[in-house]
Amino acid sequence: MEDIIQIKQLQKSFGKLQVLKQVDCNFSRGGIVGVLGPNAAGKTTLIKSILGMVIPDGGEILFDGKSIANSFEYKKNIGYMPQIGRYPDNMKIGDLFDMMKDLRGVYEHLDTDLIAAYGLDAMYNKAMHTLSGGTRQKVSAALAFLFNPPVLILDEPTAGLDPLSAEILKDKILQEKAKGKLILITSHILNEVDELADKVMYLLDGNIKFYKTLADLKAETGEQRLGKALTKILS
Amino acid sequence: MFKIAKYISLDIIKSKVIIAYTLLLAAICVSIFMADEDVTKGLVSITTVMLIIVPLVSVVYATTYYFNASEFTELLVSQPISRKNILMGKYLGISAAILGAFLLGVGVPVLLFALSVTGLTLILTGSLLTLCFISLAFLSSVLMRDKAKGIGLALMMWFYCSIIFDGLVLVFLFAFSDYPLEKVLIAITAFNPIDLARILILLQLDIAALMGYTGALYQQFFGSGIGIAFTLIMLMVWFLLPLWASLRIFKKKDL
Repeated sequence: MEDIIQIKQLQKSFGKLQVLKQVDCNFSRGGIVGVLGPNAAGKTTLIKSILGMVIPDGGEILFDGKSIANSFEYKKNIGYMPQIGRYPDNMKIGDLFDMMKDLRGVYEHLDTDLIAAYGLDAMYNKAMHTLSGGTRQKVSAALAFLFNPPVLILDEPTAGLDPLSAEILKDKILQEKAKGKLILITSHILNEVDELADKVMYLLDGNIKFYKTLADLKAETGEQRLGKALTKILS
Repeated sequence: MFKIAKYISLDIIKSKVIIAYTLLLAAICVSIFMADEDVTKGLVSITTVMLIIVPLVSVVYATTYYFNASEFTELLVSQPISRKNILMGKYLGISAAILGAFLLGVGVPVLLFALSVTGLTLILTGSLLTLCFISLAFLSSVLMRDKAKGIGLALMMWFYCSIIFDGLVLVFLFAFSDYPLEKVLIAITAFNPIDLARILILLQLDIAALMGYTGALYQQFFGSGIGIAFTLIMLMVWFLLPLWASLRIFKKKDL
């Protein structure tokens, strides 16, 4: 399969702390990759580097064969759901969606499934600062999927969502995968990664400890559950 | 860029702080003009008040807004928009709102009560001062990651311009009192936008003659066409240089 994102010898330090040390990996279209790792392993930094929010110290990232340094056009193809989404306080939900459409200049072929599933359209007149953390999370999710991007990057997508909403999101993620999209998910909830992911990447201290398909991982360790398999391979 | 500016301005206009700022400025100006028949005196009083409040509110509000909107900036950076457009959009949006508040609060009363060259100079310098201090606010915001530190640095800049600078000039004058310093002093004022604004306004008034020898010298330089041009250019430098620097830093900044 064709690699849509290629990461070559990516390095990043914050002060003296080396967060990413020579990370090399490729992500291909059509599949869900679970990015795992303990706190401060470099997961969010890796994601933010792909989005151009963190500028790497060394190495390069190619999106569709082109380097992303000093470019922003490629972000049209990415939907990003941040860990904590915060938006202008006085803005209403409806205004926020309108603004994002306006900023992207895209008004058609929108994916409004999640807006409908979460009943956000009924809350269009609510100001963002009155929303609970979970509702904001729903807004973030709906925004990430809105423009039908071929790549989705979800940072801890279900943290803060109630179980029912989390299920809706998981179903949506599987639907999008079926359309041949690449979906990157970071999560600490192993069950969720176990359910969704095709491949698992484990980051440890800024290095890729392993990056293989879920099936391979389970076969190698002889375990049926991801949690058990991880404990076995890491010990 | 203009789209971002539009959304930010609309967001700020709805906030209570900016409305309070407009009303405060308007109340000060109207009451000063009502209290005294002499328009010139009124303009001097307004200048004194304006030179303290305008930079302070501009720098603190812009820094606070910048940091409060940092998650929004992250959201924008993840969208297909260049970083230059994001920062310039923010600058345009914030400055349009604060400048609008200034023009409503000070500009309108001055135009109504004291339409003169001095009045117009006051409005122009006040506007430039607003832009200068929003630029400085942006510089301190991109330099610092932490909101408290950012606001601290912004306040230090204001402190420097309003209080510390005068102290430094006095120390300098005292230390080198054996030398002729008048021309040097003119150059030194360029290092403080508030002083530049003060001189520019006061020299439009006749009271400059009361400021003694230095006043006469100032009148000679700053009263001339070259002097006014010099002052305006220096104010523009104070507005554009920090903005340019913050753009350079923002392009390479990790969010």
